[in-house]
Amino acid sequence: MALYNDIVMDHFLNPKNVGELENPDGQGVYGSPVCGDMMQIQIKVEDDVITDARFKTFGCGSAIASSSMATSMIIGKEIEDALKITNKDVIDALGGLPPVKHHCSVLADVAIKKAIWDYADKHGKTYKGLEGFDPFQEEDPDAEEEIPDEE
Amino acid sequence: MRKVYLDYSATTPVKEEVLKEMLPFYTENFGNPSSLYSIGLEAKEAVENARSQVASLINASPREVYFTAGGSEADNWAVFGACDAFKEKGNHIITTEIEHHAMLHTFEFLAKRGYDVTYLPVEEDGRVNPKVFEDAITDKTIFASVMLVNNEIGTIEPIKELAKIAKEHGVIFHTDAVQALGNVPIDVKDLGVDLLSMSSHKIYGPKGEGALYIRKGLKISNFVHGGAQEMGKRAGTENLPAIVGFGKAAELAKENFDEHVKHLSELRDYMVSEILRRIPDTYYNGSKEFRHPGNANITFEYIEGEAMLILLDQKGISISTGSACSSKSLKPSHVLSAIGIPVTRIHGSLRLTVGDPTTKEDIDYVVDSLEEVVSRLRQISSVDTKKGW
Ligand code: FES
Repeated sequence: MALYNDIVMDHFLNPKNVGELENPDGQGVYGSPVCGDMMQIQIKVEDDVITDARFKTFGCGSAIASSSMATSMIIGKEIEDALKITNKDVIDALGGLPPVKHHCSVLADVAIKKAIWDYADKHGKTYKGLEGFDPFQEEDPDAEEEIPDEE
Repeated sequence: MRKVYLDYSATTPVKEEVLKEMLPFYTENFGNPSSLYSIGLEAKEAVENARSQVASLINASPREVYFTAGGSEADNWAVFGACDAFKEKGNHIITTEIEHHAMLHTFEFLAKRGYDVTYLPVEEDGRVNPKVFEDAITDKTIFASVMLVNNEIGTIEPIKELAKIAKEHGVIFHTDAVQALGNVPIDVKDLGVDLLSMSSHKIYGPKGEGALYIRKGLKISNFVHGGAQEMGKRAGTENLPAIVGFGKAAELAKENFDEHVKHLSELRDYMVSEILRRIPDTYYNGSKEFRHPGNANITFEYIEGEAMLILLDQKGISISTGSACSSKSLKPSHVLSAIGIPVTRIHGSLRLTVGDPTTKEDIDYVVDSLEEVVSRLRQISSVDTKKGW
């Protein structure tokens, strides 16, 4: 018996793309240690294609698995295509997360968008997928739906 | 793979001797203790024998011990029974911020029905300041409840002092002794409490059985209505085998008390010193002096508890965490918050509780595993472990 399914467990136990890049083209940090979770994503970009990505996560097993899956999903993608990936796609690719853990995948989603925004900002680029994206958003724990304490 | 269970505060295995006593009461000796023929009378005798065994562990008289279906029911009964019985006198209740949810949620329920509840803060070591308690008492106060031992940080509360203050003010005093039973000395007469809750499965007895001590002379309202069982105070056909098991477990707890406490505290102290020595950026949460002999609560900075829990589980180790990520409510431990531990440190907190079957080899294996798991998660962590937060 395990808390998570096999895909999630595999990405948690053997996470891909852990660490930091030497000279990242873009970097995004999302979450706050005060809310409990924090994720950093770095990317390398060549000709609008994400050639590499690395993550570091202070968070639970599903946050680590989501980071691993999300970085794997964006590597090799055109930026516009990478921006189309939602946290729902990450959850699906992981074969599902328990409902209470869905917010962990949001971390990865926002951290990636922040990294791309950082790249765009530094290189004077604009992407359609970033329209309406607020790079300075703070995680709002109250925005989570209330989950009853069943303990 | 080695299996090491270090969560004896969550529950304990039933001891062989206990199970052996219980089994005949499922089959041959299955009588209803209320029946008037032999197997009923024998069952009744077994229940009374168990009552004496439990009473003896807390120095109560058997007539002061009432069996319930566990610690939570005993807690609920104490609260509802006392608050109902004394409702003419007032509607104010005093408790603490660090009680078990069986208490806190019961008080929340009453708060919605016109009762006024004060939640006392605790000091950094998790202890209630008796002065603060006394100051909280008003002429409307009817009931106070403070746990004897906290389940997360193992802090032993100054119950004797608090109960004395309550008595001086005519306030009914209850203590939740679920974690304390068998682990710290309990003498209800010396403590001076009116009500005390107990649970069987924390002392190597079966689950689903507990008891409420009601001081002789105190009348509280009934909670489970229906029959004349438990001297007319708690209806329902007795869970005979579980009661017998609880009795036996209590007898063993009394017999082995000194040895048990020595074994637990030696292993716990060894574990804590090894962890703090071998793993950097670790903190021991709670009181060193007033503590459950088997409890350790330790923060491993920069990483998250549920991730640790799963990696340790992969190595056959069972522990628990106060991390927000591990709770269904995504809220950090209310106990660690109450003693002023910052949220980030609660995130990386583990509760490790040793028990009778734990060995020194188990501890060595756990510390080795922790060292590996912690360094692995710190490599993944986005917090720079060299620079800190
Ligand atoms: S990081 Fe906290 S629940 Fe996933």
